[in-house]
Amino acid sequence: MMAALIAIALGALTAGGVYLMLRARSFDLILGLTLLSYAVNLFIFFMGRIRIGAAPIVDGKLAPTLANYADPLPQALVLTAIVISFAMTAVLLVIALRARAATGSDHVDGRDPIQ
Amino acid sequence: MSWTHWIVVPIVLPLMTGALLVLIGRQAPGWTRLISLASMLVLLVVAMLLLRQADDGAVQAYLLSNWRAPFGIALALDRLSALMVVLAALVGLAALLFATGGDDRRGVHFHALFQFQLMGLNGAFLTADLFNLFVFFEVLLIASYGLLLHGAAVARLKASIHYVGFNLAGSALFLIAVSLLYGVTGTLNMADLAERVPGIGADRAPLVRSAALLLLTVFCIKAAMLPLNFWLTDTYRSASAPVAALFAIMTKVGVYAVLRMTTLVFGDTGGLAAHAASPWLPVLAMATLGFGALTALAAQQLNAVVAACVIASAGTVLLGIGLATPASVAASLVYLVNSTLAGAALFLLAERIAAVRGASADRLQPGHLSGPRAEFGAAFFVLAVAVSGAPPLAGFLGKAMLLQAAGNTPLAGWVIAVILASALLIMVAMARSGSVLFWHPARAHTPLVSKEGAAGSHEAQRWSLAGLIALLVACSVFAGPLSRYAQAAAAQLFERRGYIAAVLGAQPVPAAFDVRREMRARQTGRP
Repeated sequence: MMAALIAIALGALTAGGVYLMLRARSFDLILGLTLLSYAVNLFIFFMGRIRIGAAPIVDGKLAPTLANYADPLPQALVLTAIVISFAMTAVLLVIALRARAATGSDHVDGRDPIQ
Repeated sequence: MSWTHWIVVPIVLPLMTGALLVLIGRQAPGWTRLISLASMLVLLVVAMLLLRQADDGAVQAYLLSNWRAPFGIALALDRLSALMVVLAALVGLAALLFATGGDDRRGVHFHALFQFQLMGLNGAFLTADLFNLFVFFEVLLIASYGLLLHGAAVARLKASIHYVGFNLAGSALFLIAVSLLYGVTGTLNMADLAERVPGIGADRAPLVRSAALLLLTVFCIKAAMLPLNFWLTDTYRSASAPVAALFAIMTKVGVYAVLRMTTLVFGDTGGLAAHAASPWLPVLAMATLGFGALTALAAQQLNAVVAACVIASAGTVLLGIGLATPASVAASLVYLVNSTLAGAALFLLAERIAAVRGASADRLQPGHLSGPRAEFGAAFFVLAVAVSGAPPLAGFLGKAMLLQAAGNTPLAGWVIAVILASALLIMVAMARSGSVLFWHPARAHTPLVSKEGAAGSHEAQRWSLAGLIALLVACSVFAGPLSRYAQAAAAQLFERRGYIAAVLGAQPVPAAFDVRREMRARQTGRP
């Protein structure tokens, strides 16, 4: 049940992201990439298996197996991925703003195909 | 020379230099050039040293932060990595020298970004961890975004949006593939993956195969394989010449990653995931080669012809990898070295030619050439021979080795036809460009758009070009050692055991002062 809900949520995020990216407007492109990176980050996180109420830090009270703890590695990976995608989005935002100022259009080609 | 830390120098040195250059970029702009060039020279020397170390056949592993291999991140140096690091240093040095002719003065942080890009390139070539490979990809990409925008023009901004957006989508796919592999196998260390992927059961094999194909997609975005290469021409054309020259090695990062994964993890021994890429790679590579050759023929500007040649070269190299025999991979490596040097040199030459042709720049139309015609013509001729893979230069040797290696594969007929036809098309394209540029002087004297004109600056650009051409000739003179090295590198890739044993067997260095044990002792001592 939990897995199905998560899969639906990831699918919705990805579909929304891809749709927005294909709209070929710089703002939509950035929003689309952001949604896509949310989906990817959640996907990385859940690849460490869905665990509720388990800590990723071994405290010595329970045997250090995945039955008692959450997998810490995907959490570290997702942190890296979040930071990187945040930085990349910032760069793309700056480029999009400058392109908008230079070309006067927010289309990714710099001008609207249909006038 | 038995210092074990040499292998991490190609990553740390550009990082430190880049950080220093960011700090002094505004305060002491006079020093940036000098520091950047000096660091580049040291990097080249270290890369040569690593090449000599790697050539004894042993794979060197280096444990970052002293963590044992599957748990921490490891670096590994084999013949292939060493070759790529040396190639990156050579192309980087030439591009940097060319940039001191004036391109580096159009923005403050050119040299810092250049160093960060080198750090990303070297890191990607040396790492033995898939997630770390992703991180280095992002490092080199974010530096390349900055370099591409350097001295921003409107065309550059437009090309940048396409390039950045496309690569960000590619990064998302990379992360999906990496986490899928982690979810199924529980590891991201390449050597450990190579051990575990064969043991995957039939229920999970489709997941691993789809992860393998996702990785192939991502790497082929970088390597400019056919359905994924439409970003390349505009991006490379709009970049300034030294940046485009450096980008010529950037496409080879994708090629390197494809080669590493297909031989180490998804090769013959990949169990149910073996040869996941085999049905696709050779066919798409041939299509890329044909597409590159046709684009070269259709191009209206010299740097568009060169960008098409870069695509064709990636296609040829990927074809050798796709045929997946030691002989074809060796041929690919020989060709890779030559075509990368030739592509980089052609981007630089195109810029020099555009600078002396006034208003016609590098458009393929009759125009006035107000420079030393013989010098440019000779350089263009040598590079045209090199890039089309004609004898007597070593690009021909690479192609001949590839034709020979293709002889006993099922695709032989197609491979031979596509390679020969595309070589002919590229030769025609280069001949057409050369005859228009050098033999059709326009009578009307177009006014020269004067670029910045410090007398010494062109000297640096000439030296850089001369150096690259000399390297190409040297590759042909020393073709014997080069092809021997390429064959040894290919054999090492297919043998696999050495790489896996070195990475997984690397022992942490006993620390002089063990912080972890100290902390544990303190915890138990004072509960």
